[in-house]
Amino acid sequence: MSPERIHHDTYTRVVLERLKGDKGAVVGCIIVFSIVICAIFAPYMTSYDPLKHNYNKLLFPPSLSHPFGADQYGRDLLTRIIFGCRYAIIIGGAVVAIQLLIGVTLGLIAGYYGGIIESIIMRMTDVMLSIPSIVLAVSIAGLLGGGIQNVIIAVAAVGWRGYTRLVWSEVLSIKKETYVEAARAIGCGDLRIILRHILPHTLASVIAYSSISIAIAILWAAALSFLGLGAQPPTPEWGAMLADGRDFMSDAWWIATFPGLAIMITVLGFNFFGDALRDALDPKMERGL
Amino acid sequence: MLKYIVHRLLILIPVLFIVTILVSLLIYFTPGDPVRVMLGIRANEEAVARIRAELGLDRPVYIRYLKWLGNIVQGNLGRSLQRNENILEMILERLPATLELNIFAILVSLVLAIPIGVISATKANTFIDNLSSFFSLFWVSMPGFWIALIALLLFSMKLHLFPISGRLGPIWTKEGIWSLLLPGLILGIRQVAIISRLIRAGMLEVLNEDYIRTARSKGLAERVVVYKHGLRNAMVPAVTIFGLQVPELLSISVIIEIVFAWPGMGMLLVDAVFKRDYTLIQGIVLIYSLLVIVVNLVVDVLYAYIDPRIKYD
Repeated sequence: MSPERIHHDTYTRVVLERLKGDKGAVVGCIIVFSIVICAIFAPYMTSYDPLKHNYNKLLFPPSLSHPFGADQYGRDLLTRIIFGCRYAIIIGGAVVAIQLLIGVTLGLIAGYYGGIIESIIMRMTDVMLSIPSIVLAVSIAGLLGGGIQNVIIAVAAVGWRGYTRLVWSEVLSIKKETYVEAARAIGCGDLRIILRHILPHTLASVIAYSSISIAIAILWAAALSFLGLGAQPPTPEWGAMLADGRDFMSDAWWIATFPGLAIMITVLGFNFFGDALRDALDPKMERGL
Repeated sequence: MLKYIVHRLLILIPVLFIVTILVSLLIYFTPGDPVRVMLGIRANEEAVARIRAELGLDRPVYIRYLKWLGNIVQGNLGRSLQRNENILEMILERLPATLELNIFAILVSLVLAIPIGVISATKANTFIDNLSSFFSLFWVSMPGFWIALIALLLFSMKLHLFPISGRLGPIWTKEGIWSLLLPGLILGIRQVAIISRLIRAGMLEVLNEDYIRTARSKGLAERVVVYKHGLRNAMVPAVTIFGLQVPELLSISVIIEIVFAWPGMGMLLVDAVFKRDYTLIQGIVLIYSLLVIVVNLVVDVLYAYIDPRIKYD
């Protein structure tokens, strides 16, 4: 085993140990894991159809056969919420993937090259900060014509700046390290230095931030769907379910309650996990060692 | 001080300039022909050509941008495509409602967040502190539109404590305040969750400083130590982050406006988006950014006022 490998194993083990000892991380992990399981096995977890109307059960209150009740078309709410996990995970995952690609790339370029490129990229992130996110996301999603795909683009387009700032500030300190200087001295190209010597050292904070930004992405996408710009009824997406059931909520409190709870628990799970991960991945934190 | 403010104002010009480029790019990247999308498939060629000329879409993109920029500098945001009204007037008509809602929310958040943050810090890691941190985490994880819906259901529809929706009048009338209370509180409490944690963190740091020990040992009342010596210094970082929170506050206010049918700029924006009123969308996004920029300027000046160590030049 090479020395690098040993070091890597130890670090991973330390991080895992730290995560196991953190109550927030355990709770967050259980929530995230359950949601992923629900998303994958949704059709096998319930005997009801998420889309089929059942006119015998309109606005059926919570009971043993329908733990969360039924909605205005008699569809089992629990079933729809379980299927909603798919949308949450897909939207959250896709948004973060796009944000990572754009945000990390720009952050690496700005931090490594500096000068005028850095000024342009970082001024852009400053300017993005002065447009309220929802205002920009609503405009982008609306102008692109709505739908889940455009919501993903809109939320990704307003959220990448967080990654850029994060990676940029990390690169600024990493590029002064001796090993980067050494790599340059033995004739490594810029691309090799960036990808092999700088990028790996920014990953810890990027991963932790990803968990938190999935939470934000899920919240925003649900908000856009609630406004009518994202998933359209009858899609069992949580935000769209809340918008769709809005007119019935004074007669059937469960329609307004459970999809919101689902969003909250999911967001809480990713937030807990992200916070714990950030602490666990921080090599400066001595706790748990 | 004046020099500092002027300096800050000058920095704003490039920022605003880039905002205008971004805002006009929004329309540029819209797929398809915006005019056809707007008028529908059955629109006649003549109408399409007329609107295209009106929007200047028949001219190169930089000419369009420069013309639009020239108009903005003169305070002319153009006319709404759908309603053919002056956009600036439309926005100014809605602006008071949005400002009322947000300013009320800021006041609520400060009135509640400062004591909660201070108490959490002075009683760090006790039951009260844990309760407030638990509450904060939950509140920021809840979707704003959902809390608003639940509050509307509970307090307006079931308990009849507040009007169902809408703005019943300007803030100085009794009806106006009554209708503002619920949306304002919902928006404000979310900020309490964030700001109280910031103040707690700031206070914890400050309370460990030597001058706090000195203040205590010379026999000052704990109240004076905490509020006069502690809080003022803890407020310095809190004020900056407060400025950074403003876009977030405005973002959530858009959604609160929709849920409560509050006739502000957010409702106008969502309405414009659904009607594909491109010029109106541009105008609203621009004014929202202007609001953020102005508030951040005010926060910067306030920051310099609170912390005399900051040099104005």
